[in-house]
Amino acid sequence: MSKRKIKFYLRYIPLLILGAFYFIPFLWLISTSLKGSDQIFSHPPKWIPNPVLFGNYKESFEAIPYLKYLLNTIKTTSLAVLGNVISAPMIGYAFGKLKWPGRDKVFLIVMATMMLPFTVTMIPLYSLFSKIGWINTYVPLFLPDFLGKAYFIFLMRQFYLSLPEELLEAARIDGASELWIYLKVAVPLVKPAIVTVALFSFVWSWTDFMGPLIYLTKSEKWTISLGLSQFTNSYGVDWALLMAASAIAIIPMVILFFFLQKYFMEGSINSGIKG
Amino acid sequence: MKMRKVKRYKYQKLQMRLAAVFLIPWVIGLILFNLYPIFSTIYYSFTEYNLMKAPDFIGFDNYIEIFHDPIFYQSVYNSFYFVIVGVTLQIGLSVFSAVLLNMKIPGRGFFRTVFYLPSLVPPVASSLIWMWLLNPQYGLVNSFLKLIHLPQPLWLSSSEWSKPAVILMTLWCVGNTIIVYLAGIGNISGEYYEAVELDGGSSWAKFRFITWPMLSDITFFQVINGIIVGFNTFTQSYMVAASSPKSNGTLGGIKNSLMFYAVNIYNESFKYLKFGYSSALAVIMLIGMIVITFVLFKISNSGGNDR
Repeated sequence: MSKRKIKFYLRYIPLLILGAFYFIPFLWLISTSLKGSDQIFSHPPKWIPNPVLFGNYKESFEAIPYLKYLLNTIKTTSLAVLGNVISAPMIGYAFGKLKWPGRDKVFLIVMATMMLPFTVTMIPLYSLFSKIGWINTYVPLFLPDFLGKAYFIFLMRQFYLSLPEELLEAARIDGASELWIYLKVAVPLVKPAIVTVALFSFVWSWTDFMGPLIYLTKSEKWTISLGLSQFTNSYGVDWALLMAASAIAIIPMVILFFFLQKYFMEGSINSGIKG
Repeated sequence: MKMRKVKRYKYQKLQMRLAAVFLIPWVIGLILFNLYPIFSTIYYSFTEYNLMKAPDFIGFDNYIEIFHDPIFYQSVYNSFYFVIVGVTLQIGLSVFSAVLLNMKIPGRGFFRTVFYLPSLVPPVASSLIWMWLLNPQYGLVNSFLKLIHLPQPLWLSSSEWSKPAVILMTLWCVGNTIIVYLAGIGNISGEYYEAVELDGGSSWAKFRFITWPMLSDITFFQVINGIIVGFNTFTQSYMVAASSPKSNGTLGGIKNSLMFYAVNIYNESFKYLKFGYSSALAVIMLIGMIVITFVLFKISNSGGNDR
């Protein structure tokens, strides 16, 4: 082999080492989820389960009301996505394209709220919502999404800022109303950003743990993350079932990613240039 | 000329009206989910409050109690350990991964997907996966360490190794940061690198004098973000306690080695119903975050003036 060729292959070594770090946990998850309990505790570890127990997936669905948790999660997640898809483009437009005095100073408040962690605000919110009677409802989980999440407002504003002003001005000279300009000119142009907002709010809501943990005390209301976290309480530490249950919680994310990879990357990139 | 001015003024009025309507939800959200909780937390922090009875004003007692509580100091130490070591490693790993993924070689699309995927795993699930990988007896990590004749730590079952184990869990999920750095590297003009090449600089020189300094804005933001996320670490610690039969529902791990600041706040509120006390903890955290962010802004600004 020529020296150049060796050098070419050498470049893959760090990629492969890091790739192994990122990927092997997935393989081990799938392998464990298909094993019987005798094979889980074997030295050295076996990669290929024998026999392959697909029944673990069925069993983990039955061990806890997992299907119910799945439906609950779909409910909260779709409400959160709906909320963000309505609120973020509107509020982002008000900060990105509409002109009003003090706009950019007020936007600093949006940036500040982005840094306010839930840990700091959760005590009064819990106390308030328990007085209103919203504990064990999904309202505390999706209401913030309808009122505009700072990060999504920021993301939409970035996209609006990149739109040329002439497009909106042209519509104004034609005598279009401001609302019409928003709905018919601005929104169609920022569709990719709206898809990104929808995706990220889907992922955040699907994977959220602390919110459901605090607000949902009745097990029939639990989401998939919460159900998964309590799995060991009701079923003991059975790693095969735990891994099968984890895989079920992960699969929707992975499917979504493979169809909408481009939007994920765009959202991540924009999250880095804030500030 | 005059005509145009009048017209422009009219446009602005219409725009302001629409902005006012569009901002209604944001204003409600700002009050309900930000301002109201901040001020109530401050108020509760001076009271004894268990949710059943109205808050009872007790002055600075909660704060005095906090400063005499060894758990508070333990949680501050744990969180600082976690944030300082964790954020440094997260940034390092992300930049290194991004530089690798930026190489123009066949198969990089595949590697990008592989590097990114873990960040989509729900934290509850990733905690479970890593608890199984780091199982002292049957875990994959220790059987690998045994194979290459390295010592096999007890990971989450020991007080020295539990924090490194949780940091390892977070290192697995840096996909977002990698993509941000990757985009940042893509924006650096090739001319800079050519200049280094003309001077006969190595790949390391290119990274040290071009890539790394050009990414400083991204790094600054990622550090602040990492600190906020780091001080709010909760799920991993909760999961470790939830699946250890000996813990009896008490959070914090072996010898409180996983008692992070946010875990302490959760414990005091929802386990002991000491909402006044936990509010005081939250206020201290808020002040701490503001101070840290402010100091970082100052440092980065003075660094910017030197250049």
